[in-house]
Amino acid sequence: MGEYQDRYEFPDLKFNIQRGKKRDFRMEKREKKDMFVWPDLVVMEFLTAVALTIILIVWALLVNAPLLEVANPGISENPSKAPWYFVGLQELLVYFDPWIAGVMIPSIIIICLIMIPYVDINPRGSGRYTFSLRKFALINFNIGFLMWLVLILIGYFLRGPDWQLYWPWESWTVVKKVEDNLWSLDPVTGLTGLALYFGLGMIIPGLVSREFYRKCGPARYTIVMLSILLMYFVPIKIFLRLAFNIRYVLVTPWFNI
Amino acid sequence: MSRKKSLWKRIRRSQVWRSIFRHDYTDTRKNRILQIRSNIFLHIHPARIPSHAGKIRFTWCMGGITFFLFIVEVITGILLMFYYRPVIEYAYQDMKYLRFDVPFGIILRNIHRWAAHLMIATIMLHMLRVFLTGSYKPPREFNWVVGVNLLVITFLLSFTGYLLPWDQLAYWAITVGANMIRATPFIGHEGPFALVDKYNDIRFMLLGGTEIGANALLRFYVLHVIVLPLTAAVLVGVHFWRIRKDGGISRPL
Repeated sequence: MGEYQDRYEFPDLKFNIQRGKKRDFRMEKREKKDMFVWPDLVVMEFLTAVALTIILIVWALLVNAPLLEVANPGISENPSKAPWYFVGLQELLVYFDPWIAGVMIPSIIIICLIMIPYVDINPRGSGRYTFSLRKFALINFNIGFLMWLVLILIGYFLRGPDWQLYWPWESWTVVKKVEDNLWSLDPVTGLTGLALYFGLGMIIPGLVSREFYRKCGPARYTIVMLSILLMYFVPIKIFLRLAFNIRYVLVTPWFNI
Repeated sequence: MSRKKSLWKRIRRSQVWRSIFRHDYTDTRKNRILQIRSNIFLHIHPARIPSHAGKIRFTWCMGGITFFLFIVEVITGILLMFYYRPVIEYAYQDMKYLRFDVPFGIILRNIHRWAAHLMIATIMLHMLRVFLTGSYKPPREFNWVVGVNLLVITFLLSFTGYLLPWDQLAYWAITVGANMIRATPFIGHEGPFALVDKYNDIRFMLLGGTEIGANALLRFYVLHVIVLPLTAAVLVGVHFWRIRKDGGISRPL
């Protein structure tokens, strides 16, 4: 029975023993606060399912799924928008070439998401809501999440024909001026700028908080800082475009950034 | 009355009844546990959970809702398959047929569509909740990875399903996506360092041609109704199993 309990009832406890950590004294307290799944939780799950079914049926009765004319490769929709959850990426097409906006950014996002549990070595704040114990992780993740939402909202609600910016109250028949004064940094400036951004971005946090660097170790530190610098590069590039009409930060014969 | 009662008793004592229901239903601690342990559908739960895990304000219920929406998608999707043919000549006609002729066809399609949109939203909220509660931390690292894969599969399910109505919205939305794919470095013909031309790049592989046509429709259909849902179902199984094995519902460790 003892072994059974260790393995199945408290795998977390077993884990702690394996890692040689102290047993959490709150464990015994928590035991008393347990609830039965049957019927308490199952009832809640059932009611949620019923409520959702009702919501879906009412929604389906009130709003029809869109069905336009039959697909015609000869007549393009303007604007032709991706499904809403990809509109954020489509919005990035304004600021980045397709290989970055459509391929590199989503791939990097997915890879970074997968790596999160392996690079976040802060043991605190597991299994509960806290801000003070995990400021660094929470701030950066939430900014990323928010950026994704904002890009979707802009792309979905504020983009009209030729992907121009239209406020919701503006008519799409008004013709917007296409940006024609875009320019790119010359390769030397661009390369210097990128090297400064990524170089200083990598070095300064480690110097400011040696503790952070020491805890992470070189590999984790590099991955964490690189991910974060890549993430903030997106709004920086958007800012450069909107404020200074900069199209590319770096122009090379093979690709442009 | 008494005869009725004794009949009910006899049914409950019969071999057939007892072969199906292994325990009686009096409200005892033991039966509450058995109710979960002896039921294949319920036994993904533990018999008891910490009381905070039953609070909506802690879990937001988003993982469970996402799973429920997946089941809704499977059921409505199977029903839609009875009326839909993934062939250019018929696909759009079948959509019209569903809309105007099939009894409740329009509701069926609407539910499938809206539940899919909702599922994307709930899965993102679920990820946010798991992050905010730090529930990816050891020993739950790998389940977070499984979850990210489920997120990607859900996006792909929505993306492949988007083409199937074969209307202008579908065609041009998928065109936007396919145009991005051809810009993939190395394996896309318009990407940097392209090693391939447009007849053997990754876009050709996905579409089964150089443009969206009959092959693309069929490929998206097979991915949408077989490959991706099966993969998702397997990963959902792993995801749930690992919750139990990696320390149960998230709580301070």
